[in-house]
Amino acid sequence: MMRTIRIGSGAGYSGDRIEPAVELAEKGEIDYLVFECLGERTVALAQQARMKNPESGYEPLLEERMRAVLPLCAAKGIKIVTNMGAANPEAAAKKTAEIARALGLSKLKVAAVVGDDVLDACKANDLPIMEFEGTVKQLGNKLLSANAYLGAEPMAEALTRGADVVITGRASDPALFLAPMVHAFGWAMDDWNLLGQGTVAGHLLECAGQITGGYFADPGYKDIPDLARLGFPIGEVGEDGSLVVTKVPGSGGAVTAQTCKEQLLYEVHDPRRYFQPDVVADFSDVSVEEIAPDRVRINGGRGSKRTDTLKVSVGYVDSFIGEGQISYAGPGALARGRLALDIVRERLKLTGVASSELRFDLIGVDSLHGRQVSAHGNEPYEVRVRVTGRTENLREAVRIGNEVETLYTNGPAGGGGAWKSARDVVAVASVLLPRELARPQVRFVEA
Amino acid sequence: MKLREIAHSRTGDKGNTSNISVIAYDAKHYPLLLEQVTADRVKQHFAGVVEGDVVRYELPNISALNFVMDQTLGGGVTRSLALDAHGKSLSSALLDLEIDDGPGS
Repeated sequence: MMRTIRIGSGAGYSGDRIEPAVELAEKGEIDYLVFECLGERTVALAQQARMKNPESGYEPLLEERMRAVLPLCAAKGIKIVTNMGAANPEAAAKKTAEIARALGLSKLKVAAVVGDDVLDACKANDLPIMEFEGTVKQLGNKLLSANAYLGAEPMAEALTRGADVVITGRASDPALFLAPMVHAFGWAMDDWNLLGQGTVAGHLLECAGQITGGYFADPGYKDIPDLARLGFPIGEVGEDGSLVVTKVPGSGGAVTAQTCKEQLLYEVHDPRRYFQPDVVADFSDVSVEEIAPDRVRINGGRGSKRTDTLKVSVGYVDSFIGEGQISYAGPGALARGRLALDIVRERLKLTGVASSELRFDLIGVDSLHGRQVSAHGNEPYEVRVRVTGRTENLREAVRIGNEVETLYTNGPAGGGGAWKSARDVVAVASVLLPRELARPQVRFVEA
Repeated sequence: MKLREIAHSRTGDKGNTSNISVIAYDAKHYPLLLEQVTADRVKQHFAGVVEGDVVRYELPNISALNFVMDQTLGGGVTRSLALDAHGKSLSSALLDLEIDDGPGS
């Protein structure tokens, strides 16, 4: 008989809801619970935190999530795989072991996957940046971090060596799901079609609620029940790569052909070449079929040989952003909003605020898609002025918000609710690192 | 009629590139999408938003198109000045596209 595993997706981003993960552990009859929590620049921000405190630098919600699910997972033998390690997987593993001990779960085996930090290798080889002219070295003291997207192998190794909880830093999101498949079924790491279909499964599951009805509802066109109690997805994966996506019966949301198709193409460019550390996956022949309510079968994922490089996410201090907002309402609100923008535009010139880029928006009118696309809109009852600018230092950034705030007493009639901010910007860029220069390792931590 | 009547859509982001899927509710409308929702039209529709090229990929198995729009997210999600830095709201704008469904249909 064909073996099948059930993988639950317990988080689609760092700040995601926690109780759907508890629901999966409690009622999902799952074998694995995966938490995907690392955004593009999260590792860079976490690296900044780690530089201030060597015991920090992992996902801020790690403790809350682990406390919520560890007792259930330990009781039912559900293995956890997560990238909540961010810039410090070992510290995250130690903290998890500490929580397990405090909960009386001293037999739990916690493993950290390290080695995604490739800052030294990127500097030594002075690799070129993909998004703009320049190299890693040329970022100088603005450079914060360089982390390779690791594949499924080290995570699968940790599971095979008996880990109950596997905590990584930067890893490819679908690989978090591929690892349990590789471990459970013993898939060969050069069986490209299986790895391709497993990647389809991981890709569909990694954003959690986005395949069960989140980021989908459009009243009257696409209605989804009970979004406040949205259930997170479960992937039933067979050892031949077959996949059914479902969710806990009775939870909110819906798994339909439509939700699965939208998620299949989410953040995908060329569907024939979805580059992963373990495989180049091909989504072009994937088929989607509703076989029962909230049960959708996905077939046809394929793959070809992996590339010789790993994508590396490089975090760097980019610039500062200053921002100010203020609202106008009632008759003539739009005209007063436009007048306010004109005043601030002129003030920034008059007072010599140094910025490399400025943006003038009216929220409620044209802030999302610009003036051309928004041209046919109707006159709104209220508008919110928004001015943002990029500067080289915090002092200049502060001046942008100030020029919006002073509209209170110097600008059009009836301006209210002014707000301002100034912040530094950590941005990310990418480089391609020869694969052999990243050396991931599994380290176990005693509970 | 509007594209919204026959298709649904989702936006994704990577760096400074946005991708928008356009998926026919009913496979019978896929040929209409193929014929009328072209890369050129999408680029025109997003005048002032998309600074780079628009490339269209076709997925007949799921009656869907995928548009990849370069230089669209204000220099990149992590550094953009835009209110919607991810461009998540772009899919709704695309569904406003006018579709000619011919006489009598």
